[in-house]
Amino acid sequence: MDIKEYIELVFTDYTLRTITLGTAILGAICGMLGSFAVLRKQSLLGDAISHAALPGIAIVFLIIGTKNSSLFLLGALISGLVGTFWIRGIISKTHLKSDTALGLILSLFFGFGMLLLTYIQKMPNSNQAGLESYLFGQAATLLESDVWLMVIVTAISLVVLLLFWKELKILLFDSDYTKTLGFNTQFLDILITTFIVIAIVLGLQTVGVVLMSAMLLAPAAAARQWTNSLGVMVTLAAIFGAFSGVLGTAISASHNNLSTGPVIVLVAGVFVLFSFIFSPGRGLLFREIRFRKNRNDLQLHKTLSFMYDIASTHEDISHPHAIKILNNFQGFTRKSLQKLEDKDYVKIQGNMWHMTESGYHTASNLYNQLIKEEDE
Amino acid sequence: MSSAQIEIQLIASLVAIACAIPGTFLVLRKMALITDAISHSILPGIVIGFFITHDLSSPLLIILAAASGVLTVVLVEFIQKTGLVKEDTAIGLVFPALFSIGIILIAQNANDVHLDVDAVLLGELAFAPFDRLYIRGTDVGPKSLWIIGCIVVITLGLLFTFFKELKISTFDTGLAAALGLSPVIMHYGLMTVASITTVGAFDAVGAILVIALMIAPAATAYLLTNDLKKMLRLAVFFGVSSAIIGYWVAHTLDTSISGSMTTVLGLIFLFVYLFAPNKGLFSVLYRQKQQRIEVSLLTFLLHLGNHKEEDERHVKHLNEHINWQKVQSKSVLDLALKNNMITIDNDIVSLTKKGKKFTTKAIDYIISNKNSEIETMKDRFFLFRG
Repeated sequence: MDIKEYIELVFTDYTLRTITLGTAILGAICGMLGSFAVLRKQSLLGDAISHAALPGIAIVFLIIGTKNSSLFLLGALISGLVGTFWIRGIISKTHLKSDTALGLILSLFFGFGMLLLTYIQKMPNSNQAGLESYLFGQAATLLESDVWLMVIVTAISLVVLLLFWKELKILLFDSDYTKTLGFNTQFLDILITTFIVIAIVLGLQTVGVVLMSAMLLAPAAAARQWTNSLGVMVTLAAIFGAFSGVLGTAISASHNNLSTGPVIVLVAGVFVLFSFIFSPGRGLLFREIRFRKNRNDLQLHKTLSFMYDIASTHEDISHPHAIKILNNFQGFTRKSLQKLEDKDYVKIQGNMWHMTESGYHTASNLYNQLIKEEDE
Repeated sequence: MSSAQIEIQLIASLVAIACAIPGTFLVLRKMALITDAISHSILPGIVIGFFITHDLSSPLLIILAAASGVLTVVLVEFIQKTGLVKEDTAIGLVFPALFSIGIILIAQNANDVHLDVDAVLLGELAFAPFDRLYIRGTDVGPKSLWIIGCIVVITLGLLFTFFKELKISTFDTGLAAALGLSPVIMHYGLMTVASITTVGAFDAVGAILVIALMIAPAATAYLLTNDLKKMLRLAVFFGVSSAIIGYWVAHTLDTSISGSMTTVLGLIFLFVYLFAPNKGLFSVLYRQKQQRIEVSLLTFLLHLGNHKEEDERHVKHLNEHINWQKVQSKSVLDLALKNNMITIDNDIVSLTKKGKKFTTKAIDYIISNKNSEIETMKDRFFLFRG
């Protein structure tokens, strides 16, 4: 199946269209809200909450006895929020640290959820099939109504984000200052945490409990590498998220036996890897290049100042010297000598070199600067 | 109890012991979440190991899976060192990626692999007694009992040999390095033990329960004591008792054993979290309330000491002058009366001799910046605490 056919299929086939749209919107909202989670150093909160949501789903099923995905979402939301606030309670009231609190809530809630799920499985009720799809997610079960729900939630969270943009931004970067300005930090804190929980709960059906945290983190972590501005980061993260949703769906749809959730996560992972290496400001590649360039510059300067020392002992600065005498000096290589000549700092004739006027001038400035810095 | 039931409880208890020991150190080192990462990311190691050995309990598979656990730790630390993202983000990026690779590997080879992702996450302790180990044809017990037994023996051996080193490197890395005990070796040693334990235990109880068994008993014990040895013993005790109680709960309700073990662990933690002396929620809240009232009392006494005028000392006006809520002012007044700090005469409050002494001392401490001395002074003066 080539790309053109696939794109046609996306527009004509109901299931594929629903899934593509759903994963795209999910990716966008996760990227958007995930940026806040990453910047607030709550990256793993997503992992904990997505696990903590499981008992909520199971309890709702036990109460109503049938499958109803919007009620499940409500149950998941409630138990996710309970988990979140318990985590906060543990961190603020006891001496247990945040990592312990997160791990505790994650495993304990999930274990309880599994207890309920296995209990449900033993019940004589044919409707229970498919509850496990929340564990690993099944994008194929997305309905148009689910996509509409996602659209509505995304729209609401976008409006709220824009309304409280200034407040949330200042809370992110300087919460003490926010408090002194008279903003209700607790309210803002709860607001943004609640929306993060909502985004996680929305994604459970599609990518599942286990992989949800990556959905939240990866687009934001990738976007972080390209910019230092919050607005740009949130937008970029939403775009990355949407693209990993669409691409992941495409890849998994065109192969047999590839579940959507893991593929989306891996696509998002590729985005992260690419950003880590190739982003111009922070990326590893350009950082290495800058590092090498600085090191070469430094060695060049060292060689030049060594030459200056020799040249300044003679009355005539263009007095030729043997290249050999540079050999016991570390910074010297053929290449760096060549570079110095290219910059017109020295002239090389056979085995001899001599300094030019401009080279002498540059070197003496270099030297003076060093002395000045030492004096200060 | 049938012999299978005894074997299941024995396996569960051994898993609990094997998890509690490294778990205690991980909780103390603030690295609890690395168990979460390891338990998920051993999946590709297990799948690849399974392709090679076709046996879920072969030692090679355990080594491969443990290696992928250690690889996770190395990857997380590498990403963290680049400074591009924070540590927790690094963890959150690495393990879902590895886990996804594992799931895809399983799905792609569903026909040759008798591996179920559910089983990886949840384990099936109930079937453990059926997979038996035969030495020269004689039945010597379930395979997983032997695997986890070996891990427990190794872990205990390492714990007793390196207890001092572990203790120092956990609480003071700098001192450990200065004394010539390499904290790096301790760190990776602990990570290796945690990985091996996770792999050995996952077959029996599943990835999620491994996290619960590592973190929850240690965290519960940490709320009860500050002594490392006591904490280790308590963690083992909580782990084993939740294993046994959990088994019987699962037996009664006919549910997953690992799920009910986790739930029991959760209930134990909840109970200790609420009621632990000194560090539990209720005692923390009680102490906070007590301190709030005692601070108000001090303010109140200082106010009385400063004012001779009657209208400043009238009971009804105190609310306005010190800006108190009604309930609070009543409890503060009661406390002061009970402690013989004040007398109330015709609704006019005045300090007693003891109250005056207390106030002058408190002022001395406050101006000489020795606020902490006030706590010990309270012990000397107060008959009743707030």
